[in-house]
Amino acid sequence: MKFAILVNEGPYTHQASDTAFNFAKAVLAQGHSIFRVFFYHDGVNNATRLTTPPQDDRNIVDRWSKLGQGNELDMVVCVAAAQRRGIVDDGEMKRNGKDATNLAPGFRISGLGQLVEAGIQADRIVVFGD
Amino acid sequence: MFVNRKAPYGTIYAWESLEVVLIAAAFEQDVSMAFLDDGVYQLKKGHQTKSIGVKAFEKTFGALEDYDVTKLYVDQESLAERGLTADDLAVPVEVLPRAEMGKLMEEQDVLLSF
Repeated sequence: MKFAILVNEGPYTHQASDTAFNFAKAVLAQGHSIFRVFFYHDGVNNATRLTTPPQDDRNIVDRWSKLGQGNELDMVVCVAAAQRRGIVDDGEMKRNGKDATNLAPGFRISGLGQLVEAGIQADRIVVFGD
Repeated sequence: MFVNRKAPYGTIYAWESLEVVLIAAAFEQDVSMAFLDDGVYQLKKGHQTKSIGVKAFEKTFGALEDYDVTKLYVDQESLAERGLTADDLAVPVEVLPRAEMGKLMEEQDVLLSF
């Protein structure tokens, strides 16, 4: 089955991102495919490479990056939500006159149309939120 | 169908949900919205947000018709629990008993809950 995953909460404060991650891993382990993982609301905070949790804790961002890159997942961060929360890639840095980028590897920034498309293309879209 | 369960202010869920609704409508999808729990407050007339310094978006609900988004369903029990009726709402809606809302959700191709 072809899944899409929507992550609506940021790392650490809420369980949603952990559960979404575990779900994504399970989906792949069962031989299903993931059309896209879309990060919205505070979920965009799962995509900042500057996250540095204590050493004895899980690194939620790195974990997503590795899962995404290892399985060639399309991990999309909503541009409007990202702009509000300071998640920046090269294009956004130039467009908005910022002096840094922080988008973690394996993620890309794009529009809400990508979420709508995921809803259309996937057999199931599963929402992880509060 | 977009399922709205949160109060309009205090968190950004309601506003960012509305942004997805507008995009989905622009992509010519068959969009409907359901309002449950504190989500019914999103539709209440007379948002006054000046003192909290947040942009009010009551008017956006009024503009939904321009995007062909006309299917707004409100959970009857959620309204009643909050002492509200359809007359308190800023736009025309269909008020449904919870059981019927459940059936309607079952019919949807895609449900996004915010």
